[in-house]
Amino acid sequence: MSRDLSRRRFLSGAAAIGGGALLAGCYPTADPDVHTVLKVGEDLTEATQRFFLKPTSLAREFTEADISPKFRANGTRMPDSPEYAALAANDFADWRLEVGGLVENPATYSLADLRAMPSRTQITRHDCVEGWTCIGKWKGVPLAQILNAARLKPEAKFVVFTCADELVKTLDGTGRYYESHGLEDAFHPQTILAYEMNDRPLPIEHGAPLRLRAERMLGYKMPKYIMKVEAVDSLAPFGRGKGGFWEDYADYEWYAGI
Amino acid sequence: MSAAAIEGKPARVLVYRHSVLVRITHWVNVVCIAFLLMSGMAIFNAHPALYVGQKSTFDAPVLNLGVSYPDAHVIGQPFPSWLTGPARDLPSGRRIHFFFAWLFVINGAVYLIATLLTRHLWRDLLPTRDQLRHIGTTVRHHLRLYFPHEREYNVLQKFVYLAVAFVLLPGIVLAGLGMSPGFDAIFPGLVDFFGGRQTARTVHFICASLVVLFILVHVGLVLLSGVWNNLRSMVTGRYRIDPEENSHVS
Repeated sequence: MSRDLSRRRFLSGAAAIGGGALLAGCYPTADPDVHTVLKVGEDLTEATQRFFLKPTSLAREFTEADISPKFRANGTRMPDSPEYAALAANDFADWRLEVGGLVENPATYSLADLRAMPSRTQITRHDCVEGWTCIGKWKGVPLAQILNAARLKPEAKFVVFTCADELVKTLDGTGRYYESHGLEDAFHPQTILAYEMNDRPLPIEHGAPLRLRAERMLGYKMPKYIMKVEAVDSLAPFGRGKGGFWEDYADYEWYAGI
Repeated sequence: MSAAAIEGKPARVLVYRHSVLVRITHWVNVVCIAFLLMSGMAIFNAHPALYVGQKSTFDAPVLNLGVSYPDAHVIGQPFPSWLTGPARDLPSGRRIHFFFAWLFVINGAVYLIATLLTRHLWRDLLPTRDQLRHIGTTVRHHLRLYFPHEREYNVLQKFVYLAVAFVLLPGIVLAGLGMSPGFDAIFPGLVDFFGGRQTARTVHFICASLVVLFILVHVGLVLLSGVWNNLRSMVTGRYRIDPEENSHVS
């Protein structure tokens, strides 16, 4: 069974890599030098927005009347692992959030623990990189609270979120969804670990039991099905090293403020 | 300038029409806009529908070229790969788009600031009273595809250049910025001015369509009114004018 699975993973991973190389070979944007030049645009955008964004600059919040009647789900709609299925079957009572990495106080939280903590509720815009927008109401624990309780070590520069969903089956597990943020966005008041959407427990298609909201960024920077939060000083050890699943696999920008 | 007369040919008067600044910024703009349009179409292909307001009303798009309802999945991409050029998909489209957007904004800012400082605006772009009085004649000339070669832009050219340089192109940048969640947190007034992020996206698309319309008319008129003369003037700055018009203008 497990041998069969790993063989399947290997084959589909090999197919994905081969297909990617084939695609990449035909287009100038895949050339490393061209890529380096084009990346100047992303760097300029990040530097400019970070210069003007204050820690207190908030994304617009809306009213109940603005909430989208149908909030489109994107990416994984149902993680297809037996482990996740078991957690979901039990209403995530056995799910634990692991907080670790470069922190003084590693911790684990159950969903009940998170629900017992002070929360923040916000009605915000969800801007997908594809161009569409939905408005939803989110309730959750400010990430800053979790990080403050964990006490980041001074060398921590990023916060990495590891998820339960695997978008691409690979031998080494680099097809698993993950994302990362710099500390400015991790500690932003609207950055929350949300367990409720539109006054109901977070639905599976939107990332149950816990997803990130980082409201000054595009949707792919808000991972769903979060299992682990880690403070790190480098993104290199994660996935293929670019700081997120879509960054690794499709070359999306790490800074997604535009 | 008098060389032509010495050769005994019909008087051929070259005037210095376009400053170095105008020529450089023009051609940088050509490159930027070409890449912005191609990559913009690749980006649009990722969700080829437009909406009005703060959010996507999937049941009531103002334009839908390939998004299913009610799932809002992409079922058709309107722009083929020969139009999107080097942008093969959404991420490469975005990289190209934002790189050339920066170049375009810097180039445009240089042009607009210099236009105000060097009196390019007053001297070359604002119509004179005389031109406004004879606007009917200029319209009739255009309708008959008759284009006298004068030192100055004609009055219709001036209106179009003013509208493109001071309204359309700045407008497309602002509408694009209004779509940025980061920029909206810095300055929420912009997206509010447009009436929401999805309206800003729609305005961005309409402006891009107007840019395409401008390019078609602009290039068409360049071809019709003397392609080599026009091209030379935008490369070397020297433009051949009809002698009688020259004396009339000066």
